[in-house]
Amino acid sequence: MKKRLMLQVLAWVSLVLGVRAAEEIDIERLAGGVKTIPISLSGFTGEVESVLKFDLEICGFSVVAADKAQYWVSGSNGASLVGRVTDRVSKAQVLGQEYRGASPRTLAHTFADDIIEKLTGVKGIARTRIAFKGDFGKTSEIFVADYDGHGARAVTSDQSIVAAPNWGAGRKVLCFTSYMKDNPDVYVYYPASGERRILARYSGLNTSPAISPDGSKVALICSKDGSPDVYVCDMDGKNLRRVTRTKESESSPCWSPDGRTLCFSSQVGGRAALYKISAEGGEMRRVSTVGVGGNLTEPDWSPDGKWIIFTSQTGGFDLCIVPAQGGEAKVLVAGEDPSWAPNSRTVVFTRRVGGGKRVLSLLDVPTKRVKDIARISGSSSQPSWGR
Amino acid sequence: MKRIGLILPVALCIFALGMTGCKRTLKGPTPIPGQRAQVPRTGDEGFPPVGRGPVVPGGDDASRTTRIGANPDGTFSATGLEEFEGMLKDPAALANYTVYFDFDRFNVKASERSKVEAVAAQLKGDMANKLLIEGHCDSRGTEEYNRSLGERRAQSLREMLAHLGVGPERIRTLSYGEDKPAVQGENEEAWAKNRRGEFILLRPKPQ
Repeated sequence: MKKRLMLQVLAWVSLVLGVRAAEEIDIERLAGGVKTIPISLSGFTGEVESVLKFDLEICGFSVVAADKAQYWVSGSNGASLVGRVTDRVSKAQVLGQEYRGASPRTLAHTFADDIIEKLTGVKGIARTRIAFKGDFGKTSEIFVADYDGHGARAVTSDQSIVAAPNWGAGRKVLCFTSYMKDNPDVYVYYPASGERRILARYSGLNTSPAISPDGSKVALICSKDGSPDVYVCDMDGKNLRRVTRTKESESSPCWSPDGRTLCFSSQVGGRAALYKISAEGGEMRRVSTVGVGGNLTEPDWSPDGKWIIFTSQTGGFDLCIVPAQGGEAKVLVAGEDPSWAPNSRTVVFTRRVGGGKRVLSLLDVPTKRVKDIARISGSSSQPSWGR
Repeated sequence: MKRIGLILPVALCIFALGMTGCKRTLKGPTPIPGQRAQVPRTGDEGFPPVGRGPVVPGGDDASRTTRIGANPDGTFSATGLEEFEGMLKDPAALANYTVYFDFDRFNVKASERSKVEAVAAQLKGDMANKLLIEGHCDSRGTEEYNRSLGERRAQSLREMLAHLGVGPERIRTLSYGEDKPAVQGENEEAWAKNRRGEFILLRPKPQ
């Protein structure tokens, strides 16, 4: 009888969550419980070798000696990059490809992406880009860079304070906050044309833009009608609607991948905690984060819809993760303001390194491996991964 | 450990059926000195809340150029930025009245009230002037959280000034979060000086 009930429950779970749910919902496994895949690297030199090592190590691989490796990654780099992947046990060649026609960095990133996709079945992230805030003390500017921090360049020259960049899907549009006109206003920037427009310039606060996954709307924080609340407007700033109505502060909205729900931080219950609300408005529902305390802010919903990563502040700052529906939450590593990569496993985040300086690092969530990325001269914070 | 993947969905399922049986293993937050235990309410210390119900604060109705709403929760809708355009900033005039806040709070402490009263008196003395309130935070918070907190601090000061008879439509708030510290440093002395609301007098442009 008990067994039958159990089976029924399991069948129901499978129906609701999908057949692989039991495996995928495993937070112990996700939050650092996954072992790296051992590979060896031979034949490459200089920048190509270091790029390959970085790209593979941040996506769940460990570079080890050939006799300990599950796969041998070998090849050469000269006028072109020749890359092979061989299964050590079966000696079968899994991948063999020649790459040419781009910089050595790009060739190496492309080979790394191919390896990752072949061996894990998930599209690589080595050729994605991030946006962030570069802070130089009195002024700050919005920067974009490769995901490993290389090739950073400023996209603003406001000589003012900027904040909270956010990429739209496909990196065709970038939203951010700038104090250029003596008020925190939200701007929309189209990198292809260089066009820049004001999205929200109301009295008080306008900040924390988050572009909806379909690119049609922006969620943001405004305070024109009272305390800072979550609002949603169209990409041209029109049809601004207030979504939350609290006396307390809200901050950092993000979208569910289906574009129906917003997750954000609110102080409505005293300490800042995570809440969800329909993008159309309605009732706020608290996201249960069992096992994690402190002020909870800066949620980011994984592109596959399964997880919400966020910052908890108890004394320092920690990155934490919880299933998107709420439940048991886990502390990952020290850091703040996480943003998911398109692969739903890597995040870029901010780390404080003393003296008021902040740097950006990458975290591979399943293996908890952290890598710093290339730095600019000032402080870097508030990264947004282009997805 | 291996079984947790099985247990979690089942637990979720039970939860969904309305039979909450999850064992909670709450670790509990590390206490921070000065951390508030409950929701701070503007008005708890020093002055009663403004505008609960359909109250429009009085004072200097004559200067009211834009109708602005007193919300039932005591906050105010903001006046349009255009009402402040072209005015000249005089940061020195009210520099002595910078109000300081407790860690992670936005309520105005009773000990800071006299500064707000002095600002109210100055504003009531010259109806042509307006006011910019800048809200600031220390660096012990995440950036966007602090941007919202700074705004709420500036709004608390606006609410208090409204209660003291200054038309809130004469007041503009601007939050810098933690981006414009008064002093550098990662210690309590520096943090205390950075958690602040600054009053900047706005004078009409000479004709």
